Amino acid sequence: MDFNKELDARGLNCPLPILRTKKALAEMASGDILKVIATDPGSVKDMQAFAKQTGNELVNSAEAGGEYTFYMKKK
Amino acid sequence: MDTKKLAIIATKGTLDWAYPPFILASTAAALGYEVQIFFTFYGLQLVRKDVSGLKVSPLGNPGMPMKMPFGPKWFKGINWNIPNAIQSLVPGYENVATSLMKMTIANNGVATIPELRSLCQEADVKFIACQMTVELFGFEHTDFIDGMEYGGAATFFEFAGESDICLFI
Repeated sequence: MDFNKELDARGLNCPLPILRTKKALAEMASGDILKVIATDPGSVKDMQAFAKQTGNELVNSAEAGGEYTFYMKKK
Repeated sequence: MDTKKLAIIATKGTLDWAYPPFILASTAAALGYEVQIFFTFYGLQLVRKDVSGLKVSPLGNPGMPMKMPFGPKWFKGINWNIPNAIQSLVPGYENVATSLMKMTIANNGVATIPELRSLCQEADVKFIACQMTVELFGFEHTDFIDGMEYGGAATFFEFAGESDICLFI
């Protein structure tokens, strides 16, 4: 999947992946896609909750080998 | 959509209890909330310039697992059930527990308190110190980090009264 920016949040724990996602999105343009890679299992629910509450769209997410990948489209 | 508001009262001054206010405040700010934290009594310890004195005590806290943050997996899995009587007698017990806790925090990719605190400030979380307890404990405003405001209970209620979520921690 295409993306405009990548955020490596591997090894970080709650709430850092969300805070870094928020910060990365702030520097992007509306409609841009941010790819986030995390290892915190809690980030699966948290990214969904973040998207729901901020209006940014979680367009895709996947898990492979203990790594979680999210594609977040900026509002 | 109106901006949601979160008001927190932080009253505890230990390393473990330093986390909930800053984690919740920074996350809420990331979600678009307007956030204020009112620091009072021992909570004032959390906004001092130097927080290296924050400690965690397993003494009188049966809910705290005592696990080692190093060594092989079987060793890390052991829960060291040390009786309170011993904990209170051994000098430096709290210091040992605190450094083990700090090691665990670092190993798990959990942010430090100064880190979380500055993330809060970057996200415009407002910090208010209770002036009455500042004086009660003999603190000076220079003991605290920059960007603090000082006020009393009425200051807290001005914001808390309009908040969507209000937490006493």
